[in-house]
Amino acid sequence: MSWQAIVQGLVLIAMLAVAVPPLGKYMAAVYGVRADGSAPGDRFFGPVERFIYRLCRIDHKREQRWNVYALSLVAFSVMSVLFLYALLRLQGSLFFNPTDRQSVSPMGSFNAAISFVTNTNWQWFSGEAAISHLSQMIGFTVQNFVSAAAGMAVVVGLIRGITRKRSRTIGNFWVDLTRTVVRILLPLALVFTVVLISQGAVQNLHGNTTATTIDKTTQVTTQAIPGGPFASQEAIKELGTNGGGPYNANSAHPFENPNPVTNILEIFSLLLIPLSLVSMFGRLVGDRRQARILLAVMVGILMVFTVFTMLAEQNGNPKLTTAGVDQSISTTQSGGNMEGKELRFGAAGCGLFAAPTTGTSTGAVNCMHDSFTPLGGMAPMMHMMLGEISPGGVGVGLVGVLIMALLAVFIAGLMVGRTPEYLGKKIQAAEMKLVAIYILAMPFAMKPFAAASAVLKSANTYQSGPHGLSEILYNFASTANNNGSAFAYQGTGTQWYTTTQGLSMLMGRFLTIIPALAIGGALVRKPKVPATVGTMPTHTALFGFLVAGVAIIVAGLTFFPALALGPILEHFSL
Amino acid sequence: MTATLQQTPEPRAPKVRTKAPGSKSIFDPAIVKTASVDSLKKLNPRTMMRNPVMFIVEVGSVLTTYLFIRDLSDATSKQNWFAGLVAAWLWFTVLFANFAEAMAEGRGKAQAAALRKTRADTIATIKMPDGTTTQKASSALQVDDLCIVIAGEIIPGDGEVVEGIATVDESAITGESAPVIRESGGDRSAVTGGTRVLSDRIVVRITAKPGETFLDRMIALVEGANRQKTPNEIALSILLAGLTILFLLAVTTLQPFAIYSGAPQSIIVLIALLVCLIPTTIGGLLSAIGIAGMDRLVQRNVLAMSGRAVEAAGDCTTLLLDKTGTITYGSRQASEFIPVTGVSASDLAEGALVSSLADETPEGRSIVELGLHDFGLTIVEDANAVLVPFTAQTRMSGMDMSSGRQVRKGAADSVRRFVEAEGGSFPLEVLPVVERVSKDGATPLVVIDRSTPAAPWRVLGVIRLKDTVKAGMRERFDQMRAMGIRTIMITGDNPLTAAAIADEAGVDGFLAEATPEDKMALIKREQAGGNLVAMTGDGTNDAPALAQADVGVAMNTGTQAAKEAGNMVDLDSNPTKLIEIVEVGKQLLITRGSLTTFSIANDVAKYFAIIPAMFSGVLPVLNRLNVMKLDSPRSAILSAVIFNALIIIILVPLALRGVKFRAEAASLVLRRNLLVYRVGGIIAPFIGIKLIDLLVTVTGVVK
Amino acid sequence: MRALIRQLRPAFLAVLVLTLVCGVAYPLLSTLIGQVAFHNKADGSLIKRDGVVVGSKLIGQSFTAPQYFHPRPSAAGAGYDGSASSGSNLGPTNPDFLKSVSDRVAAYRAENGLGADALVPVDAVTASGSGLDPNIAVANARLQTPRVAKARGLDVAVVTKLVDKYTDGRKLWVLGEPGVNVVELNLALDKLAA
Repeated sequence: MSWQAIVQGLVLIAMLAVAVPPLGKYMAAVYGVRADGSAPGDRFFGPVERFIYRLCRIDHKREQRWNVYALSLVAFSVMSVLFLYALLRLQGSLFFNPTDRQSVSPMGSFNAAISFVTNTNWQWFSGEAAISHLSQMIGFTVQNFVSAAAGMAVVVGLIRGITRKRSRTIGNFWVDLTRTVVRILLPLALVFTVVLISQGAVQNLHGNTTATTIDKTTQVTTQAIPGGPFASQEAIKELGTNGGGPYNANSAHPFENPNPVTNILEIFSLLLIPLSLVSMFGRLVGDRRQARILLAVMVGILMVFTVFTMLAEQNGNPKLTTAGVDQSISTTQSGGNMEGKELRFGAAGCGLFAAPTTGTSTGAVNCMHDSFTPLGGMAPMMHMMLGEISPGGVGVGLVGVLIMALLAVFIAGLMVGRTPEYLGKKIQAAEMKLVAIYILAMPFAMKPFAAASAVLKSANTYQSGPHGLSEILYNFASTANNNGSAFAYQGTGTQWYTTTQGLSMLMGRFLTIIPALAIGGALVRKPKVPATVGTMPTHTALFGFLVAGVAIIVAGLTFFPALALGPILEHFSL
Repeated sequence: MTATLQQTPEPRAPKVRTKAPGSKSIFDPAIVKTASVDSLKKLNPRTMMRNPVMFIVEVGSVLTTYLFIRDLSDATSKQNWFAGLVAAWLWFTVLFANFAEAMAEGRGKAQAAALRKTRADTIATIKMPDGTTTQKASSALQVDDLCIVIAGEIIPGDGEVVEGIATVDESAITGESAPVIRESGGDRSAVTGGTRVLSDRIVVRITAKPGETFLDRMIALVEGANRQKTPNEIALSILLAGLTILFLLAVTTLQPFAIYSGAPQSIIVLIALLVCLIPTTIGGLLSAIGIAGMDRLVQRNVLAMSGRAVEAAGDCTTLLLDKTGTITYGSRQASEFIPVTGVSASDLAEGALVSSLADETPEGRSIVELGLHDFGLTIVEDANAVLVPFTAQTRMSGMDMSSGRQVRKGAADSVRRFVEAEGGSFPLEVLPVVERVSKDGATPLVVIDRSTPAAPWRVLGVIRLKDTVKAGMRERFDQMRAMGIRTIMITGDNPLTAAAIADEAGVDGFLAEATPEDKMALIKREQAGGNLVAMTGDGTNDAPALAQADVGVAMNTGTQAAKEAGNMVDLDSNPTKLIEIVEVGKQLLITRGSLTTFSIANDVAKYFAIIPAMFSGVLPVLNRLNVMKLDSPRSAILSAVIFNALIIIILVPLALRGVKFRAEAASLVLRRNLLVYRVGGIIAPFIGIKLIDLLVTVTGVVK
Repeated sequence: MRALIRQLRPAFLAVLVLTLVCGVAYPLLSTLIGQVAFHNKADGSLIKRDGVVVGSKLIGQSFTAPQYFHPRPSAAGAGYDGSASSGSNLGPTNPDFLKSVSDRVAAYRAENGLGADALVPVDAVTASGSGLDPNIAVANARLQTPRVAKARGLDVAVVTKLVDKYTDGRKLWVLGEPGVNVVELNLALDKLAA
């Protein structure tokens, strides 16, 4: 790696270090850390919110128990899926369709609707080829906001379960949803949109502009320059860790990610909220040391995967060297395994993107993961298999790490001779049952489908050999973790994949967040045990290693055999 | 009423640790023998089903055995050897786990058998309401029957002494050979069926139905007959079940992946992998750990009514300790008489003596003795003297002599209130004296008298009752504090005295002038703050608090009500035991947590043994994962299975004895246990499997 | 179930209201700001020659004639199809991929008159992620310079100078990797000739 690539990483860290604490503080206020419930900007946002509450006939003063909270979320998701499904099925006959896109097939719409509502943004289709401007704008862009907001509502509900004692309710879903959209996501997205446009991301209302190309000797002498209101979608795509961009090439596309400045800003913005939520967590539980150690765990894992991926890709593909290709770094080229990568980002800039996009549930890509070296490709895959906790999707990432913390507390807590407790709440059978469901959900949303795909002839749309297995594993890991990035060689528009991956996404989303809210509901009833020296401390480095260790060992033991036959085997055969 | 000095039993000699009857060392041959048989009996699937992890192993054993037999005729001998050995070792895995449980139960059973002997039927002499007596088999006794028991007889059932006083040998239950006094009234009236009266004659009112006596319950408890999983055990079982499902998924989906890779696996190998991955070590030892934890309490002569109580003991954050008997020696001793101006020391001594003549508490006797010895006083017989007992209202006691003289002694504030209410004057010079005595941690008692009921009360002076803190208590409390447990001293003393003793003993807090209501309120307050409270008690008025506390340890010498209310009974009636109980509770959880960690950490090495072995035949490059350089695929798989089985049996002693407990802060305990059980759990199987592989290879049974 | 149904009304209304806020108001406001403040960029950084749109500064184009610098191989449609952005998504050990790399290496050497053992810059023989990558590495451009100069009858030094001019360095010294914008470079070459 060049020294510039390393400094680029440090710049990213510095940007986050500056932005995360204030945003965390702001979000804590939004979710009611202040005794009087006030938050910055009340004079502006307050009336907007109340207007929305009135339109939606929501009693914003009424709090919900966990099950009602979860039901609200499910109802909202159901309505969103129906709306999006109808939109995609009808887009061919609706207005604002300058590129003349046809309506999407039933199974295709089913899969896409679930994909965007579950914050996965898995795209079995090519955005510019299949989706109308209207669907992008009032369908996908909207879900990019609200699926993210729903995830944040989940973690806020869970945190209230921890902070409140002997209570019943964990907040009001509609209020949390609305406040998240209005006070956090919209302002940030608007600012980020303007920055993206200033760097060259497109934001207009027309379709393709036809250019007459310069070299007249080529077969095709025209080029379609695509248009659309897409910088605004790009902004929320990263901020909400969604990842579904308007173009097939996603953040590798020059109009989504024009230059290295937008590249680092996109990485920054997809990490911004997940990390700030942890900082917020520290304020909400009134102990910022607790947040610091979780942050350290997340960032630690993230950095390991980032550096690993950068190195793997920068080292290149030995098979290419054999073919007479120069992959070395020099003053005149950045080198590395450049298949599927953009020159302006280089191999290092891709590794710097690939780890955060899979450590969060974003799934945006600025280079094609399928063409990574075997180890370089295994890294983002494993990063997802850890359950996306480094730092994870907006809201759900912190949920994931808190679940890991509960598991670590449980096992280690016994070792100190007390009924395990986390932040004063005892972790007992009821919670462990939900934790077990949570932990099992992702492997169950992934492995049965992946295993079936590996042996079903009709499901064979992947490359041959161990790499094909990697594709199956990666793609179901992506749907089960609501990531959305892909080993994209594998064609997933078939009946088999739209169905199984649709189910995988649903399971990965709802079999985790419903247990998480249930944990909140169980914890909220409990009293708070005062911390003493007999309490296992959960703000120490030792605890940090424990949480990371639990996450790694659970994922490792679950996925090691499959990885051995996929990427590890492919690597050994290089 | 005759004011006489009554001979009371000497305070007990320092306790020699005596074990409960039937207790044995861990590997007593008789127990091992029974356990071996029992571990076969436990193979019954219906029994196994209670432990999902081991049930899966049993199913795997059956399946591999079936496959082994099915293929006996047409497979090569090498394959047969391999299949047969895997099947055999899977059976051993199940048997070893059963053996662990049977061993833990065995100790209890042996103890129960010893207890049963003392339950032999006896004939009870029933005192009928009309005064006649009849004979009745002890098994036919009814509640409220009055039994006459004379020296040499066995008390036929649990009950309360309603008449008489006797020395009783309770060694059958407590293992304590020194006889104890049981008498009617007060807090020493409870007797237990099966114990023997050594002297005198008592009438016992039966309080428990046959079959529900203390002895019966004790037998059931040590036998583990109605053992229910404790809350933490349930939570842990859920986690283990979750992990088992996870590995079931990993192994079942591995086959399609293996087929994809052109290396399909035999069922035997998949079963071997599954058994190695699921947490068999902790799954096999979990119930043994729980039973052994209860058993460790029994070894300390404590009967826990439920495993839940044992766990709660480990969780306690607040210990309520009675000052008297726990923190200080049972009795306070009068050490000084401090007269007020104008009263001679011997006058005060005489007043103090008279006021205490009828006071049978150790304090009262010590006052009398101090008067007799140091002041050469003699006791004057006064047949018509009237005893004025201590009441909670007056908080004074004393004597009304036939001459009309009245003497009282009591706490300074109540005496002062009393004197002033009666129109007398309370010399202010007493106050600094009282305060000084209190501050020293001693208890001041003020003595007053008047020659006739018409005369004004006269303050004679102050008695200093010295309180002695037991040796070593401060260290114990420091340890408690290091573990994050607060100790609160409960005392009837005034706040000043209490503060001084609390300071001397090193407790974290105290409740002075405690009434049962105060005690109850304190428990509720602590619990509202999220604390778990443990306490000891013996009196009937302790019963509500014992019931309210999360861990209520009743003294065996205490009343029936107290024993019913608490969730543990200390047969030694040693209040200091509470601290040991907490330690046992903690040790139980630590052992579970440590072995869970160890069990899961083991899986890493097993993967590195089995995965390359599964695939290196068809995909030779994967042999690079064979970091242990195991000899052959078959020896690798077999070695992992053997290690998996052996580790259970190796850890049985640890499961039964418990992980060594040290009183330290949680973070220290965690660091050490993590190092030993997580890091050790990762490394140990690498070494173990390699060694077994060498052995397997040398014997040449599989190639 | 009834509890769920009770939540459906606010859910329905919330979807509608938030669609208006996030799906209509937000993108339209963004478009307004973008069009007013950064009109050209918001429209796709189009390049016009003689009033005709000839491409975008940010989107690569196919160049096959020897007098042009050649961009990287593209998997977008038939090559640099702006309406079909895509990478090849071929795995690192895919035989088809390895074969096409070998073929490209051979073709590159032949085109640019390199020796049979000459190492070829990696970007010249690998497809980009978007298939629309406008940049090539400086090393790649240097190797093509003699061919372009020869085809255009220009001095190599002149072309080299132009290459340097259209080389985008790292942004803010450390961000990203330097590259030569092929579209702008070729346009400038044409302009030089005109």
